Amino acid sequence: MDQKQNSSFTYPPRNNSPQESFNPNYDYPQFNSQNRTESPYTPSQFFNSQAREWDPHALLSNLSFLEQKIHQMQNIVREMIRTNEGQNCNISELTAQRQLLTTDLTSTIIQLISTAGSFLPTIRTSLLSGNAPIPQLGSSIPSASSAPSPSAYQPNPSPDYEELTKGWGENVVESAGQIQIEDLDVKEGEDVGQDGDTLPIGSYEVLQLEKEEILAPHTHFCTICGKGFKRDANLRMHMRGHGDEYKSPAALAKPAREPGSQPIPVKRYSCPFVGCKRNKEHKNFQPLKTLLCVKNHYKRSHCEKSYTCSRCNTKKFSVLADLKTHEKHCGRDKWLCSCGTTFSRKDKLFGHVALFQGHTPALPSDEVKGKNEEINDKDDSGGVGYNDGDEYLDMKGGYFSPMVNFDSFSFEGLDEFSRTTFDPTENSFSFLRSGSPDFARKDPGN
Amino acid sequence: MEMETRMKKRIRVEANTEPSESPFEALSEEILFLILDLLDSNPLDKKSFSLVSRSFFAVEARHRRSLTPLRPELLPFVLSRYNSISHLNLTLCPYLSDASLSSIASLLGPSLRSINLSGSRSYSHRGIESLANKCFNLEEIDVSNGVELTDEAAAAIGRMSKVERVRMGRCKKVTDLGIGCIAVCCPNLKLLCLKGCVGVTDLGVALIAVKCRKLRSLDVSFTMITKKCLPAIAQLPNLEDLCMTGCLGINDKALVTLKQGFKSLQALDMSNCQNISQASVSSILQKNPSLHHLNLSYCSPVNSMLSGLHGVFKLNSIKLDGCHVSTDGLKSLANSCISLKELSLSKCSGVTDEGISVIVAKHKDLVKLDATCCRYITDLSLAAITSSCASLVSLSMESCTKVTWEGFRLIGRHCPKLEELNLTDTDLDDEGLTSLSQCQNLTSLKIGICLKITDEGLIQIGRSCPHLQELDLYRSIGITDKGVSEIARGCSNLETICMSYCTSISDESLKCLSNCARLNTLEIRGCSLVSSVGISAIAARCCNLSKLDIKKCYEINDAAMLSFARFSHNLRQINLSYCSVTDVGVSALASISCLQVVTMLHLSGMSADGLAAALLMCGSLMKVKLHVSFKPFISPVLINRVESRGCMFQWLNKPFQVQLESSEVWKQQSHDIFVE
Repeated sequence: MDQKQNSSFTYPPRNNSPQESFNPNYDYPQFNSQNRTESPYTPSQFFNSQAREWDPHALLSNLSFLEQKIHQMQNIVREMIRTNEGQNCNISELTAQRQLLTTDLTSTIIQLISTAGSFLPTIRTSLLSGNAPIPQLGSSIPSASSAPSPSAYQPNPSPDYEELTKGWGENVVESAGQIQIEDLDVKEGEDVGQDGDTLPIGSYEVLQLEKEEILAPHTHFCTICGKGFKRDANLRMHMRGHGDEYKSPAALAKPAREPGSQPIPVKRYSCPFVGCKRNKEHKNFQPLKTLLCVKNHYKRSHCEKSYTCSRCNTKKFSVLADLKTHEKHCGRDKWLCSCGTTFSRKDKLFGHVALFQGHTPALPSDEVKGKNEEINDKDDSGGVGYNDGDEYLDMKGGYFSPMVNFDSFSFEGLDEFSRTTFDPTENSFSFLRSGSPDFARKDPGN
Repeated sequence: MEMETRMKKRIRVEANTEPSESPFEALSEEILFLILDLLDSNPLDKKSFSLVSRSFFAVEARHRRSLTPLRPELLPFVLSRYNSISHLNLTLCPYLSDASLSSIASLLGPSLRSINLSGSRSYSHRGIESLANKCFNLEEIDVSNGVELTDEAAAAIGRMSKVERVRMGRCKKVTDLGIGCIAVCCPNLKLLCLKGCVGVTDLGVALIAVKCRKLRSLDVSFTMITKKCLPAIAQLPNLEDLCMTGCLGINDKALVTLKQGFKSLQALDMSNCQNISQASVSSILQKNPSLHHLNLSYCSPVNSMLSGLHGVFKLNSIKLDGCHVSTDGLKSLANSCISLKELSLSKCSGVTDEGISVIVAKHKDLVKLDATCCRYITDLSLAAITSSCASLVSLSMESCTKVTWEGFRLIGRHCPKLEELNLTDTDLDDEGLTSLSQCQNLTSLKIGICLKITDEGLIQIGRSCPHLQELDLYRSIGITDKGVSEIARGCSNLETICMSYCTSISDESLKCLSNCARLNTLEIRGCSLVSSVGISAIAARCCNLSKLDIKKCYEINDAAMLSFARFSHNLRQINLSYCSVTDVGVSALASISCLQVVTMLHLSGMSADGLAAALLMCGSLMKVKLHVSFKPFISPVLINRVESRGCMFQWLNKPFQVQLESSEVWKQQSHDIFVE
């Protein structure tokens, strides 16, 4: 149990109150971690040895193991159907079968996640060892019945973890060429607790979630049907459908804090991406304030931007809400500079014009002229391919030089780099131009 | 100068007698240029010069650098004659099309340095673009009042890369984008006037300040600027003159939080900035040690702005019109300034004898003092002023009703350098006027609404003030022909005279005044004794006459109009309401080629048709004031046509009022206002 609490998977915090009160499945043996380790299908023997390095052979064997297991489950289900049809079913036998199936399913899910996690070097050994409870099942797991002590949440990287993260960090540095880790010192507006809430270091506990947890679409799962939910409250509402025992006010109420327990210490979050300023290893670590901040930060900064604006087909976002915000303004970039750059705000245009020599605000009717000048600019830029003039779209607070084509560099997963480079005061265009255009992708396996 | 003219006239006479010899061919062009250089004061001299001979004509055309044409339709001919014009003032042309600007551009080309288009609203950005394309040496452009001009016009100005002075007051449609184009493309800009450009905000002004580092003079009056652009303006290294009249977005916070002062600022105009108070004033003065001129008129009607001043300032001139200025305030102003030369306390409440005395005792070099409507000051103030400020040149004491003859006597005795004196609506009498006649340098004397003065005093002025150029006798009803004729005799330089409602004035006065050849402004409103005879004498002999007000001179009829049409080729502005003028007179008036502003109300003899004909005929009209009852009788097509030439109609609905208000009643009213 101690180890379990050490891991960051006692997550989310609001679940740390006892749930036995409304969870009748609590005494299912398969949800007990001790029982699980005794299970013949435990994945630990597969993963413990490979925790440090990812091995394709291991992956293959894992996958075939999963396949095998699914076949087994299929057989069990067929058996159940057959016994149902025969009408000679023994109720106790059926219950046993169902329990077996539930156990198998759970363990399959665990393994699937573990396998997927092995792709990602940031994964922690605690997960890979199989001892940790699965976060996605957090709601059904009787997590810490008492409030965890703050010290238990302090970052406690195991040597393995250190090595892993270090390797990943080096990977970035190597592939990014001359870029130093210091370049990651980014002013990042949105994710900062902007309320001026700068807690002194040590006055809060730092939690670090893993990538999978951050990216998991659901964090609360129904123990009966397995359906996932984003919110605990939604899960509780869902549970009503599974029987009257979930309809009691106590079951529906938000799990209250234990009256005698200590006030929950202030929590801050660390980004699992090493080298990021939001990572607790960073010398100027700036913690993230809420889980939502963590999610948005991670997606914006370290994930591929998979949402493309359907109007301009240029702007990409990794957070859906950002896309929606953009779509509200897309096409309204009416402030145009003679260099072809468009801005959504007049003050941004004037900031741009004030900064560069010879750029003038272009009048709406000058559009044709502006395009012509832009073509000239393309020629000047020495063969860097331009796809579309619209690629100089205003990014929040950014200034673009027409000489630099940002699209020719891949910024996936390194959005923060691009943000710095747009900061005119640091004049960081030079490094961009000289730097290697191929920044490291976040996944070296790809 | 006169001698020269005479000499030339003689020469011309000789030339006419011996056309074959033509001794003028011997004169080289350089010599003729030198002569022309000395002929700048009177435009008619040059005209005479150019009529001497063909070569003189050509030389004069080549010599002329500046031109103020009256009729834009003649511009192509005029400019083909004067093709080395560098300064073109088109303020008198109410209608300028893009085509005329384009023809100007192609005719003058690179020789044009400065152009003033502020009188017209009918051109667009295309005209300015043609100027920008061809006149690439243009240094100065004035497009004020171009209310229809857009950002494209501003962008066209931006294409004039050498432009140094841009005035675009009241260009309401110009926004930050246009200003941005000017800012980026005109690095040599030294003067920019954005007065009343309500579309311009902080962004545009700040960009100007960032890009145009040579800017010396900036006028952002009546714009929406706030404190956001002030830091940028403060960074301008050469800014000397900043005008922020009526900027309601400028408040104490903006000025007090401004970290540094304006580096080289000398003149600051913050009149009508109603959101500033004493804190701003001290802050401005302390941060800008080089400030010489400060205008705080109508800034803060309630606060006593000056009482908190500390420190020593180099201010030369301060205007506090319309503010509440206490005695303490004036004391601290007196103590903190080194040497004031100009002080304006016009319509200031709270000015007392003590305050004035403190100021003048400390600042003996005071040259100009305006104490208009400081109704509490008495002879004590005048004693202080006259005893310490011997170099006073201009003094205004309008409506200072408590000053008596003793005070005026002091002025006459101690202020020999006085040139401008305004004693309108005071208790001035003949004795005072006689004393004032000791100020022999007087050029401007305003003694309207002084009911006590008579011919006796005025005769003294006429005899001893030969330099008088401007005389105001408005409603000074004691004046008769005798006094005016003495003025006409003694003050031959007279240019402006107002005798409105001096009901004893008759044709005799006007006949005498016709000797003043420089007369250009005559107001005889309500002088019912004046007839066409007198005014015709003026018309015949005062060929510079340009402004005329003969409202309610019932005796004036078509005869006078005919003589205007014949002689007064410079008449620009006339008010002939209530005169006995008919269609004949109106159409005669319309033949004056440069008539611009006409007010014709209650002309009993004028018909709608006659008016329509006159309107069509007079191509130079800019503004016509008519009674609203005429409006239905004039076809809208005609009105449109006249308006398209740049003329503005003003339809008034004033009731017909024959009876003249008695001047005593009028003065009593003015006092009643004061008592209230």
